[in-house]
Amino acid sequence: MKSLLARGSELASPKEQLRILSEVSSRKGLPLFEEKLQEIGSFPLRPTGIDILQVNVGKLCNQSCKHCHVDAAPDRKEVMSKETMQECLVALASPNITTLDITGGAPEMNPNFKWFVEEASKLGKKILVRCNLTIVLAGEKYRGLPEFFAKHRVEVISSLPYFQKRRTDAQRGEGVFDRSVQALQKLNEIGYGIPGSGLILNLVYNPGGAFLPGGQSTLESDFKRELKQHFGVEFNSLFALTNMPISRFLEFLLESGNLDSYLEKLVTTFNPSAAAGVMCRNTLSVGWDGSLYDCDFNQMLDMQLEGEVTKISDFNQASLDARAIRLEQHCYGCTAGAGSSCGGSLA
Amino acid sequence: MSQNNTYYHPEDLKKFGNIGEFQPDLAKKFFDYYGSVFADGALSAKEKSLIALAVAHVVQCPYCIDAYTTDTLEKGATEEQLWEAIHVGAAIRGGASLVHSVQALNKVKELGI
Ligand code: SF4
Ligand code: SF4
Repeated sequence: MKSLLARGSELASPKEQLRILSEVSSRKGLPLFEEKLQEIGSFPLRPTGIDILQVNVGKLCNQSCKHCHVDAAPDRKEVMSKETMQECLVALASPNITTLDITGGAPEMNPNFKWFVEEASKLGKKILVRCNLTIVLAGEKYRGLPEFFAKHRVEVISSLPYFQKRRTDAQRGEGVFDRSVQALQKLNEIGYGIPGSGLILNLVYNPGGAFLPGGQSTLESDFKRELKQHFGVEFNSLFALTNMPISRFLEFLLESGNLDSYLEKLVTTFNPSAAAGVMCRNTLSVGWDGSLYDCDFNQMLDMQLEGEVTKISDFNQASLDARAIRLEQHCYGCTAGAGSSCGGSLA
Repeated sequence: MSQNNTYYHPEDLKKFGNIGEFQPDLAKKFFDYYGSVFADGALSAKEKSLIALAVAHVVQCPYCIDAYTTDTLEKGATEEQLWEAIHVGAAIRGGASLVHSVQALNKVKELGI
């Protein structure tokens, strides 16, 4: 599958995506996300600080999953330069930030990925990499990745939509499940996900269609039992994530006729306690060109940060802490049901 | 006849909560009970959802089939689990008819010479 951009789809435009969400909302009489927050006294939404610097090092990916909110694919060329990474490292040195969360695309495909991890590692910060698993088997260039991760005590977070082939391949592409399992076995071999090793391997579940993720703990025990029994695979925790109604998942919702009911479901299952913990409150998101956003979703919707600081080169904690977080209808994806964030359920 | 002029509308599923409009106390008792029945207990919420899916097919309620197909998927059930549950319902339904044939058998014997 090519990216929306390469296919010349109208949906490649963030403006068009936002227009569609707002059109459905008004046609269906759905309240604005802001109004919903007003009702519970949480508007404007303010950050609690910046604990996590989430850096999206590019849209290039070896996969092209149907639900991808980044519209990442092998045909995307945007990758973060070494200079911008250097600017991220300067910000990362700030004592308040405890964690660097590296995402993409397939972040490992950025030519300076290893250098970036090495430098961040010198700063003594916790490093997370959102690894799509198959990249580990994508050729000579990437062969030593598990060992490299282990050397720098990188926490690996990997998407695996389901513990069975059919649903995983339907979403991520033919053969992805088998290769993901092989990659998990490799990671296990060097200690990732094995109790007592200190090498953390977390999996990310997201629904294979227009429905919400159910209870995270039940899903985690199902995944653990099934993956262990059939493939001998172990992992630490499972994070359940809601599919965001943007980009390629929005395309699926539109084409399958599920958009109205999906959006309605997100709104009717709004959970106030999840709203209090949304990830934009303690995370700052950096785009491949150094632009700043409240989260990776706002980044993909081109909703740059409000306020004076809009580039990582101008990083200034006090000014960033005073900003109001930008909200649109997609934000309902973070507050539906048990809530959803990069670290899984919120409530 | 207009297309909407039928007894069942998918849209009506969302209005289930409105049945309390004229008798709120009884509706509240029902929904409280319903909520407790489906909470994790000696059976997990997922197992209960699969049972509900089977029963939905037995009572042939289109609303419940819609709701519990979605709910079982949300709870992480596999398609195989969904269909096994549906077959359990179908087997009991078929068996329930057939076991009554014992009564017919008795009657045949009673009436025969
Ligand atoms: S979901 Fe992840 S692995 Fe799939 S195309 Fe997007 S960035 Fe790549
Ligand atoms: S989509 Fe982003 S800005 Fe909106 S609530 Fe979620 S994390 Fe916050």
